[in-house]
Amino acid sequence: MKRFAWTQPTSLASAAAFAETTVADAMVALRPDTHAGHGAVLQAGGIDNLDLMKEELLQPNLVISLRAIPGLDKIEKQEASWRIGAGTTLMAVAGHPAVQARFPALATCLNQSGSPQIRAVATLGGNLLQRPRCWYFRSIAFDCLRKGGGHCFAILGENAYHAVFDNEVCAIVHPSSVATVLVALGASVELTGPNGATRRLLLEDFLVRPKQNVRRENDLQPREILTAILLPNPSASVRMAYLRLGEKQAFDWPLVDAAVILELDASSVCRQGVICLGAVAPTPYRPRAAEATLAGKVIDVPTARSAARTALDGAMPLAHNEFKLPLIETVLRRAILRAANPV
Amino acid sequence: MISRRTFIPRSDLPVAAARPGSGAAGDRSPKEPETATRRDVIAAQGPDAVAMTLTVNGIARMFEAEPRVTLAEALRGALALTGTKIACNRGTCSSCTVWLDGTPIVSCMILAVDVGNRAVTTIEGLIRDGNLHPAQAAFIGHDAIQCGFCTPGMVMSCAALLDRDPRPTRDAVLAAISGHLCRCGTYPHVVAATLAASEEAKS
Ligand SMILES: Cc1cc2nc3c(=O)[nH]c(=O)nc-3n(C[C@H](O)[C@H](O)[C@H](O)COP(=O)(O)OP(=O)(O)OC[C@H]3O[C@@H](n4cnc5c(N)ncnc54)[C@H](O)[C@@H]3O)c2cc1C
Ligand code: SF4
Repeated sequence: MKRFAWTQPTSLASAAAFAETTVADAMVALRPDTHAGHGAVLQAGGIDNLDLMKEELLQPNLVISLRAIPGLDKIEKQEASWRIGAGTTLMAVAGHPAVQARFPALATCLNQSGSPQIRAVATLGGNLLQRPRCWYFRSIAFDCLRKGGGHCFAILGENAYHAVFDNEVCAIVHPSSVATVLVALGASVELTGPNGATRRLLLEDFLVRPKQNVRRENDLQPREILTAILLPNPSASVRMAYLRLGEKQAFDWPLVDAAVILELDASSVCRQGVICLGAVAPTPYRPRAAEATLAGKVIDVPTARSAARTALDGAMPLAHNEFKLPLIETVLRRAILRAANPV
Repeated sequence: MISRRTFIPRSDLPVAAARPGSGAAGDRSPKEPETATRRDVIAAQGPDAVAMTLTVNGIARMFEAEPRVTLAEALRGALALTGTKIACNRGTCSSCTVWLDGTPIVSCMILAVDVGNRAVTTIEGLIRDGNLHPAQAAFIGHDAIQCGFCTPGMVMSCAALLDRDPRPTRDAVLAAISGHLCRCGTYPHVVAATLAASEEAKS
C-alpha cells in the first residue's frame, strides 16, 4: 500500500468538498507509466478500497473517511418507503426487524454475502459502489479497458466468471449481489452534493453499462456522496425470494444469483413478476420477456420452468462460461417457486 | 479451468510494521479544498506517522504509525501483540480476526487510524481473571488445533459467539466460522469444541 493522508470530517458538506475524484476516475488517472498518487477518495468500511490500495491499483493522496458523519447509518420508515442510510453495515441491515419482515430476500442475500467479519464493517453504500472482481481488472499487470487501457483481456481470455449477457465491450459481472435484490425491489439511491442538494434516481438507472461508459459502473460524480438507499414499501400481496449458487457455500461471490418478486392476488394468480439475475451481466440483469411470462399465471413448476428457460434468450456465453446457462435456469426456477411457496 | 487462487500473482507477503520514510512522499500531501471552509473540517493527518491511541484489551496504548498501517500490522508491529496472525491479508481467510466493541472483524482490512475509540480485543485479551475463555479451554480439550495458524482467529469467532449466545446451535457455530479457512481441516474439532463449551454453560 502506498502512503496517503487521512481525514475524518464530521459533516457531509466537508466530506463532499474534499472528494475531488471518484475511485473509478482515480484508477483511470493512475497510468502504468506514471504511478503517481492521485486524488482524494471517499471511504466507508474500507473493505474494497483497502483491497485496491494493497494491490496499488488505487493510490490516493488523501482518504476521506465517512465514518464520523452522524446519521449515515440510520434505517427509518418514510411515507411510502424505507430509507436505509448508505453507511449502515451489511450486518445491521440484515439484522433490522423491518428488513427481515418486509424485505426477507434482502436479509437472505446479505447473510450470504462475505463473512460475518466483513459484514460487520462493510456498508451498504460501499457494497453498491465496490469495483468489479474481474481478475484482469484486479491485477496491476493488465492495463485493461476499464482502467483506461485499450484492450479487454477477458473476452478472448480466461472468462469463466464473466458475463453471458451484454458482454461485447467489457465482460465484467456486477460485483454486488446486494444490487441483484435491490434492483428487483425497485430501490432508488439518494445522492448528496457539496451544497447539500440531493438527487434521487432508480438504482437500475444509476448503474452504468459498458456501452455507456466502460470506465465506471455507476454515475457517481466527484464531490457527491451516496447518502441513502430507498426501498418502496411492498404491499401485503408481495412475495419474494433470493437464491444463489456458488463454488463455496459461504464467503464467496456467487456464480449466479437471482431475486424474484411476485405480486399474487387472492387466488394465487401472479399479477406481476420481477426477476433480477446477478453475476451474469455488467449490471444486474432483468430478463423482461421471462418476467412477462409470469403475469396472469398460477405459479407452479411448469410456469417456473418456462420462465427460467425464457430468461436465457439472448445469452452469448464466452469460451469458458457456458456452464452458467444451466445454473441460471436452475437458480431462477427454484427462486420463482420459493417466492411463491416460502419455506 | 484455472482457479481464482492461481490466477492473480501474489508476490506480496504479509508486511510487518510500516517503514516510516519509505514510499514517494514529496508533494503528495493534500491541500484542503477551497470550498471546505467550515469549522468542522478536521485537518488531514499523514502521510507521515501520526500519534494514535488504541484501547487494546482494556488498556490505552499509544504509538506512532502512518495512516496506511492496518490494525493487524499495528497490533503485531508497534504493539507487539503477535497472537493475531496475518495470512491472506485480504479479508478472505479471517486468521487475523479480533473484536471491535465485542464484534469479530478482520484486522487486516481496517486501518489502525480508522479504529478510533472502539475497543479492540485480541486473543491475548481473552483470559479473564487468570482463566482461559471457555472457548480456549474447549479448543485445547478437543484438540481443535493442528498447525495453529488459523487458531487465534477461530477462537475469537467462537468465543464471541458463546458470549453472545451461550447455547448456540450447530448451524450458528457453522455460520460463525464461515469466514475462516483452516489449511489443516480442523473444522470438525472446532465445531465439537464450541458445542462442548456450550454444553458446559448449560450445566
Ligand atoms: C471475501 C469477500 C467476500 C465477499 N463476498 C461478497 C458477496 O458475496 N456479495 C457482495 O455483494 N459483496 C461481497 N464482498 C464485497 C464486500 O461486500 C464489499 O467490498 C463491501 O461491501 C464494500 O463496502 P465498504 O463500506 O467496505 O466500502 P469501501 O471500500 O469503503 O468503499 C467502496 C467504494 O465505495 C465508495 N463509497 C463508499 N461509501 C460511499 C458513499 N456513501 N458515497 C460515495 N462513495 C462511497 C468508495 O469511495 C469506494 O469507491 C466480499 C468481500 C470479501 C472481502
Ligand atoms: S472484462 Fe472489463 S474489467 Fe475485465 S479485462 Fe475486460 S475490460 Fe477489463
